[in-house]
Amino acid sequence: MRHRQAIALLALVGFFVALYLWLHALGVGGPLKCGTGDCDTVQASRWAMFLGVPVALYGVVGYAAILAVALAGLRPAAIPRRGPTLILAALATGGLLFTAYLTYLELFVIHAICRWCVASAAIIAIIWIVAAAAAFADLRRPPPP
Amino acid sequence: MNRFHVVLGALAVALTITLFLLLREGNGASAAAAGPPPAVVDDGFRGHTLGSPNAPVEITEYSDFECPFCARFATIQMPTIKEQLIATGKVRWRYRDFPIPGHQYGRYAAHAAHCAGEQGKFWEMHDQLFYNHSWAQTGKDPARLFRDFAKAAGVDLERYDACMQSGRYASRIEFSRQEGLNVMVDGTPTFYVNGRKFTRPQANSDVFKAIADSIIARRK
Repeated sequence: MRHRQAIALLALVGFFVALYLWLHALGVGGPLKCGTGDCDTVQASRWAMFLGVPVALYGVVGYAAILAVALAGLRPAAIPRRGPTLILAALATGGLLFTAYLTYLELFVIHAICRWCVASAAIIAIIWIVAAAAAFADLRRPPPP
Repeated sequence: MNRFHVVLGALAVALTITLFLLLREGNGASAAAAGPPPAVVDDGFRGHTLGSPNAPVEITEYSDFECPFCARFATIQMPTIKEQLIATGKVRWRYRDFPIPGHQYGRYAAHAAHCAGEQGKFWEMHDQLFYNHSWAQTGKDPARLFRDFAKAAGVDLERYDACMQSGRYASRIEFSRQEGLNVMVDGTPTFYVNGRKFTRPQANSDVFKAIADSIIARRK
């Protein structure tokens, strides 16, 4: 149960990070608050869109899905079930792979780092570690009756 | 409701407030740069110039970045004027601000150009603002677009943001407008050739070339 709670909290933070980037892509608000990073270069690059959709929207949808599954898995009836844990692990793996691709683009193609993207990458990485560990532990246990 | 739900709810509220503040803080044209200044001070500045300081003819243009006639002049006539008159050393061009009161973002655009100007990029920003003039027709807050223009003009955005936030050139822009009123500017663009108001309705590169050539010929 603890791992689903942790994932829900992390997904909520990730959702807001992605939402901020998506709203910026839609033209809401002014320049990104980026500190020492180079968010403008990343957000203005052609890789800021994926299949015609702002990359941040994938983050919004992805984190919302993880949050929804984690909360659904916290219902008393769902707590002993393996399903939510395995779905969370699958979603987190998809998110981690997509983030790895984006981080590669930042480092080796765009040559600029967006602090908000790094924050999102860290969040999805932690979610993946927690989800993968929970799924591994679940699979080693005998299935619930 | 258990403790987890309380924590989750509190976190959601905190993140919503943070998001709201982030969006509000960075949003829109800063009032300091977009509006008239509280006080007008003469800082000795008399416009950005282009061309040789020793040119025999000086043309002063009073202009407004939001004015469509100014944009047409800047994009159609100015390239020829630059090539035939400024690059050849015949004319020195002086740009003065004359933001029209009814233009919502004219002052803001002028301020953006001055902020680029403090980094030596006034004319690059001038061109960005006039060549991409559709911003003047939308009525939308152009703060983000101008920032993109500044980036395209090669301006350091961190310094640009600080400059726009400070509104430090608002007084200079208003002083220029008041000087324009003193010399009877009655619309934009208005031109002065060696200090004399140019009243012809069709200001174009051919006319300016003829005037410059006649002034130079008289001096010989």
